[in-house]
Amino acid sequence: MTGGSRSGLVDRHIAFLEALRAAGLPVSLAEDLDAVAALTALDWTDRTQVKEGYAATLVKRQVQRPIFEALFDLYFPRLVGSGVAGLDRADAEGQAGADASPVRDNGAALAEFREQLALALEAGDEQRLQELAAEMVGRFGAMPGRGPGLSSWSAYTAMQRVAPSELVDRIVAALLGEGLTQEEAERGAGRRVGAFTQRVEADARRRIAEEKGADHVANVALRPSIDRLDFSAARRSDLEEMRREIYPLARRLATRLTKEHHARRRGPLDFRRTVRASMSTGGVPITTHHRPKRPHRTELVVLCDVSGSVASFAQFTLLLVFALRDQFQKVRAFTFIDHVHEVTHHFTPGADVADVMADLAASTAHAALWGRTNYGRALTKFVEEHPDAVGPKTSLLVLGDARSNYSDLHEGVLRELAGTARHAWWLNPEHRRHWGTGDSAATTYGEIVPMVECRNLTQLAEFVHDLAL
Amino acid sequence: MTTVTWFASPADASERLHEVGYLADPATSTTSYLAGALEKPLLVEGPAGVGKTELAKAVARATGAELVRLQCYEGLDEARALYEWNYKKQLLRIQASQARSSDGDETWDATHDDIFTEDFLLTRPLLSAIRREEPTVLLIDEVDKTDIEVEGLLLEVLSDFQVTIPELGTISSTRRPFVVLTSNASRELSEAVKRRCLYLHLDYPDAEREREIVASQVPDLDDRVTRQLVATISRLRELELKKAPSIAESVDWARTLVALEIGDLDDKAIADTLGVILKHRSDHDRAVKELKLR
Repeated sequence: MTGGSRSGLVDRHIAFLEALRAAGLPVSLAEDLDAVAALTALDWTDRTQVKEGYAATLVKRQVQRPIFEALFDLYFPRLVGSGVAGLDRADAEGQAGADASPVRDNGAALAEFREQLALALEAGDEQRLQELAAEMVGRFGAMPGRGPGLSSWSAYTAMQRVAPSELVDRIVAALLGEGLTQEEAERGAGRRVGAFTQRVEADARRRIAEEKGADHVANVALRPSIDRLDFSAARRSDLEEMRREIYPLARRLATRLTKEHHARRRGPLDFRRTVRASMSTGGVPITTHHRPKRPHRTELVVLCDVSGSVASFAQFTLLLVFALRDQFQKVRAFTFIDHVHEVTHHFTPGADVADVMADLAASTAHAALWGRTNYGRALTKFVEEHPDAVGPKTSLLVLGDARSNYSDLHEGVLRELAGTARHAWWLNPEHRRHWGTGDSAATTYGEIVPMVECRNLTQLAEFVHDLAL
Repeated sequence: MTTVTWFASPADASERLHEVGYLADPATSTTSYLAGALEKPLLVEGPAGVGKTELAKAVARATGAELVRLQCYEGLDEARALYEWNYKKQLLRIQASQARSSDGDETWDATHDDIFTEDFLLTRPLLSAIRREEPTVLLIDEVDKTDIEVEGLLLEVLSDFQVTIPELGTISSTRRPFVVLTSNASRELSEAVKRRCLYLHLDYPDAEREREIVASQVPDLDDRVTRQLVATISRLRELELKKAPSIAESVDWARTLVALEIGDLDDKAIADTLGVILKHRSDHDRAVKELKLR
């Protein structure tokens, strides 16, 4: 490994590691050296082996794997340019580049390409699909720039033009021919088109990286791993993935909490018993005796804003809190938009996550009279209709972005609630820098109850852990 | 230190694991090869029942090494993991020497030297694995179940493969064992342990590989039923279940179908035997609803 150290390979290796670190993977120097040792033991001609070698030595948490894959594709691309197929075509057409694009990209070419794509998708031919993805970005996703170095590639344009989702019916028909049921065929077709879309996106990233440098793309085009992704920035598929994370997360938290409760089980010194026991050792207190610690469990009241902008955040928090209900004495949950509605009964033990989510979504209607978020009104209604909910033993948790459409805030009501409760917190899913901007009442409310920024699963888990301890 | 070659290449690893009945994907075979070549411990994570423990057993079978297993649990301590003095035997030894000479004081030094020797040492899995001369696969199972203190103990063992016993001195391994740690990720392991290990995440296999696994484990099952079974399982994994069925459940299900002599996996057959693969009531209800079994 010492010879040829300036071949560019080491530079690339280090750039790759830097990118991983920038993306939040804790890659230490020791792991760096391990990776180098692994690479010397492996066959450089097999890209999968190199990737697995890197993965085994550098990626120690599965949630970080998607980031690793994306970065690996950037720094060690599968092919350069359009690959062999693209070159052949360019030769046949004579002059490649801007002049050739009308020939390579017209209605007939599009129709022909879609035909090929449909065939490949019907057959599920992975190798061919990979080639087609590269070709598709090359032909239909090029965005010619005004000058050299300004041209770029767009997966979005390519997808819009080729529109593989319109081919679903054909694939379904083909799968039905293989003897699958209608439902299975539809799912299979959806999955194939989805996988193809991802390939096209990856190929666009690869091409951009080639022109602008991998570092540039790594900074711009990568999404954070699922546990660090903002609730507000999550797509539909991300939300589903997050939902799958909730139970494992709750289990990890519960294990951690049980361990920490064990560690703190020893209560204050029992002076009388210690002195009594010291009689047998001649008055020297060799072993100390302690009072058993009272198991103290928090009673929790959760008050969630479920208006469109923060609904997903409220759902995750509710799910996590209820998954950990063993750690609390009692949990009650209320949702509001401009009216308050109790939702505790939806969370029966062992209930199905998807059902609970559906019930919650359905009950949103009860929480709204006019449908515009009004914190002041919701708080007043909460005190009026559920005066028994908050007592001196309860911890109050308010979830929401504190954006109240410039209505009356009734901060006095909140102050009263916070005074009655043992503890009160406000979880805000917005970035701290947006607090107090526009119609956000975060500063006003933040002065009454401590406001905590809670934008992703990691922050949420940390908060719930501290709450239950 | 003698160096053993566990596997010659990833392809060799894949082939030899296949011979002993473990179908490894490229990631598994590459990582297993690296664990042998770099002599580093291999940390395997993944959902329950995807073959983490089985991987260690398969490596042992494929390389002709002996498997030493340390099952972790809450409250596991040094005496159970590493070594312990056999104090009952030591007491007997002291009594015996006192009986021989009436003035015990003079022979105390001799006795003291005597009772802290190999004869009175009870070796536990970690020490046994380090001291063995023959090729050894050390399996540290469910390492996430232990306390943090045991992790600290593992650090010394895993980085240097040596153990210090105050009375005997430091014992180093003559031949590094192939170490496999498994974890269900019920808690995050410390960075220090992770840093010393190679990492492999085993996940549910794709349909084709799962079919091969089921076919090799339960050869009696009809090929058509195997396909149906694998298709149903992969459909179930897409649902939001509390515990998705893993390979172990697939194999169990296949055995059940053979035992019940079910020749066609229709809706009724699935509904009747669903208990083999789903272990939560809410999962059950969801599966029945989504697969439209009733």
